[in-house]
Amino acid sequence: MKNLVILGGGTAGTMIANKLRAKLGRHDWAITVVDRDDAHHYQPGYLFIPFGTYTRDQVVRSRHAFLPDGVELVLAEVDRVDPDAHQVHLEDGRTLAYDQLVIASGTTPRPDQTPGVMEEEWHRSIFEFYTLEGAEALRDALDGFDRGRLVVHITEMPIKCPVAPLEFTFLADAWLRARGLRDRVEIVYVTPLDGAFTKPVAAEHLGGMLEERKVHVETDFMVESVDPERKVLVSYDEREVPFDLLVTVPLNMGADFVARSGLGDELNFVPVDKHTLLSKKYDDIFAVGDASDIPTSKAGSVAHFATEVFVGNFLEHIAGRPMTGSFDGHANCFVESGDDKALLIDFNYDTEPLPGKYPLPGVGPMDLLKETRANHAGKLAFRWIYWNVLLPGRPMPLPAHMSMVGKRPPAAATTHTQED
Amino acid sequence: MPTTTIGGHEVHVDDEGFMTVYDEWSEELGKELAAQIGVDMTDEHWAAIRFLRSDFPEQGETATLRRVSTVAGIPTKQLFTLFPKKPAKKMAYIAGLPKPRGCV
Repeated sequence: MKNLVILGGGTAGTMIANKLRAKLGRHDWAITVVDRDDAHHYQPGYLFIPFGTYTRDQVVRSRHAFLPDGVELVLAEVDRVDPDAHQVHLEDGRTLAYDQLVIASGTTPRPDQTPGVMEEEWHRSIFEFYTLEGAEALRDALDGFDRGRLVVHITEMPIKCPVAPLEFTFLADAWLRARGLRDRVEIVYVTPLDGAFTKPVAAEHLGGMLEERKVHVETDFMVESVDPERKVLVSYDEREVPFDLLVTVPLNMGADFVARSGLGDELNFVPVDKHTLLSKKYDDIFAVGDASDIPTSKAGSVAHFATEVFVGNFLEHIAGRPMTGSFDGHANCFVESGDDKALLIDFNYDTEPLPGKYPLPGVGPMDLLKETRANHAGKLAFRWIYWNVLLPGRPMPLPAHMSMVGKRPPAAATTHTQED
Repeated sequence: MPTTTIGGHEVHVDDEGFMTVYDEWSEELGKELAAQIGVDMTDEHWAAIRFLRSDFPEQGETATLRRVSTVAGIPTKQLFTLFPKKPAKKMAYIAGLPKPRGCV
């Protein structure tokens, strides 16, 4: 009997457990999932919590309910992986031996990494919405916010769901307008990038949407610290952005056990081959989902598409054959834009988000890079799909690889770069 | 792929002037590139540039500011002093490497 150990029972870990349990013989492979708790969060739902659209009950379920028979869920903190001994040490003293290991421990917001953030203004005028507790605290703060400067801020890339701060900004604008407060609130979007997004066509489009909404964009802002007393963000090049209400997207880092195990890069993400997700150092360790260092969005859609490719590769790998699947970095994100509309973007390692129709060329029903009600309906429907189709590993009628069919590539002359 | 002449050498560059062929670079060229963007190279500047050059072949991509600060031990604040305003891009430009990937 061989052991597959999956560290992390989130989006990637749960899908992998389900898909591989169906493929691997029960007498050949035991599958163990390790996580610190039994609460599976639908993280895309956090965005809607500050505006009262979703409540806690709608975004949390138990992890074990989504794991099939024949998968053991171990609730414990991981102390470290010993790759040479092929063992995982848990903080409670237990040791798990593995023949193959999948690291799917995601990425975590780390507000403690920016000086001044977690001091006296934390959860008074400084908030984040990447945890359920943070999103709920922000909901209460927004409730009493009726004037001043709302600053939405990204600390450093990469972040989980890179469109979420834009979505938060669009939703805040619409929410304030609906309450007749928009003209009393100044909204500022502060980013370390040189535009609203890095990919040129989408950056231009999303930047235009910020402009239409009279959101001031402060670009190339690398935050050094927050001064909680004066309520200002301070950058390394000594610019200051004052705030009354700061919504920051903290530095994102992979799990600390990854660093303790010597498996991580400078942000604790696991370096892997970007097409196979196999560790660059060890032949029996994969990293799937946000935990890896692949150069695409840290997002559930990526975890989903990557898992589809990973499962086939994994079966070849354990059979001693070369892996023939090649992940293309496919990401697919709904971007809420307020007033019950959303955009959809679809891209991969090589192709930036482009306008067009999805998933059926010419038909849609989704429009790419365009605000529509159908896209918003798709985003809301996705929560049901996530719990009922995606996590259980049921087939989704979406190809894992990105398709160019139905997209309109930019003419060379209209390609914009973000250089200033 | 366009080419340009820097310090008497013909080199391959992208649309924004970043060199595209790792082995076409030399420290002499680096100095010329630095001068073009108003950076006068000192030992401290070279420490950062040499780290970027040695890190690139191993990693297959240009080190981010965070990587330079954590792995090479040069504080981010100092990088902003050495290469004002846009240190990540300026360092990549001088080192003859692609712009570091920002977000995806």
